[in-house]
Amino acid sequence: MFKLIKSFTLFELIQGLLLTFKYIFKSKVTINYPHEKGPLSPRFRGEHALRRYPSGEERCIACKLCEAVCPAQAITIEAEPREDGSRRTTRYDIDMTKCIYCGLCQESCPVDAIVEGPNFEFATETREELIYNKDKLLENGDRWEQEIAQNIHLDRKYR
Amino acid sequence: MTYDILITGLIIIAQILAVVVPVLISVAFLVYAERKVLALIQLRRGPNIVGPFGILQSFADALKLITKENIIPSGSNKIVFILAPIITMVLSLAGWAVIPFAPGWVVSDINVGIMYLFAVSSLGVYGIIMAGWASNSQYPFLGALRSAAQMVSYEVSIGFVIITVLLCVGSLNLSKIVLAQQTVWFAIPLLPMFIIFFISALAETNRLPFDLPEDESTLVAGFFTEYSSASFVLFFLGEYASMILMSSMTVILFLGGWLPPFDVYPLNVVPGVIWFTVKVIFILFLFIWVRGTFPRYRYDQLMRLGWKVFLPFSLFWVVATSGFLVYFDMLPN
Repeated sequence: MFKLIKSFTLFELIQGLLLTFKYIFKSKVTINYPHEKGPLSPRFRGEHALRRYPSGEERCIACKLCEAVCPAQAITIEAEPREDGSRRTTRYDIDMTKCIYCGLCQESCPVDAIVEGPNFEFATETREELIYNKDKLLENGDRWEQEIAQNIHLDRKYR
Repeated sequence: MTYDILITGLIIIAQILAVVVPVLISVAFLVYAERKVLALIQLRRGPNIVGPFGILQSFADALKLITKENIIPSGSNKIVFILAPIITMVLSLAGWAVIPFAPGWVVSDINVGIMYLFAVSSLGVYGIIMAGWASNSQYPFLGALRSAAQMVSYEVSIGFVIITVLLCVGSLNLSKIVLAQQTVWFAIPLLPMFIIFFISALAETNRLPFDLPEDESTLVAGFFTEYSSASFVLFFLGEYASMILMSSMTVILFLGGWLPPFDVYPLNVVPGVIWFTVKVIFILFLFIWVRGTFPRYRYDQLMRLGWKVFLPFSLFWVVATSGFLVYFDMLPN
């Protein structure tokens, strides 16, 4: 009998409607993405970059640890001694379409040369643009150096 | 002589435009309002890029759809395929001919107004059946079958609800139905009928929780799966225009049309059109609110509700109302 009254007065339906009505006035959980962005951890693994020393000399010493550790085999390195006798890369390619953003390359790097920066908005219109060469990676390093250095600084305790 | 006919024709066309253009514009804003209210209920932001607060979103969408290619499937029956959305659209606009927006503000004040409205809203199912059949594809076909069965079932209870109201009015003229509510809106003495009418209107316009004909989780998009571009726009406009039509029918039958809630000074100077619009907006908000709250009915549940709950209940209320009216000698005229 009680159940019949309950179903004929649409009690539960009205309860549900009131619940959704309350939700209309709650604050939003989404953000206006391109205009405002969510917080990123200093450990965020985004687009790769090759860093330089403050003197402008590139950090990478062509040890090829990153190439060896890369589980997706996205990294290709060729190296030979430069005129001044130091060992540097002549070719450093990352195939961003293969990369799985695991971060093992930056873990393995002994000189913090290859890092994954905070940038995640590097979508391109063609596939070819995602095959990065050394110039592109060094340029990324120059552009994001400030953020990358700060992230490494913030994360230093845990490394 | 011919000059007179021309003038009369021009006046009729002007009257039609004066109704159809605001209806189409309000359809655009209804789509926007629906997206925004659903977004608010789901703690999202909703459209907010095109125009201030995104209010021009529907116009951008319409423009996008119209400039797209209209694909007609090679297996389809082309004439019926093209005709179906046009019929849906035309029928959902045709009903507006008898809707009184304010005293005297009606394109044709005919004495069988409510029957005409009922007939036109029932005919709406033909556009859907034709679309489902002409597409020559399984999902639209299933959607059309469901739509046919669903609309037939719920029209029965809508018919009984209308009869109950007519018993209290004694006229089929929509303006007279509104004027009969001067003392009290029919929503108060006939509250259960009002609720049944509202729920049946949801089913009649294929709105959630009864949107089985277009059930996107099982039938892709139901009867308009194969439609694209301008013909899709026509279906969309037709669906929302008939939604507004059903809301204004609810307002006229139960919420006293253009009448103010109380016939006292600050309320009765507000023009009738404003009251009518406010009430229609309220019912439309209920439509959207219900969509944001309830999950979709299963098909057998839908049929059970229509035939085993609403039909006996509304039949009982027809008998009870007429008995009440005869016993207390309150029959109109």
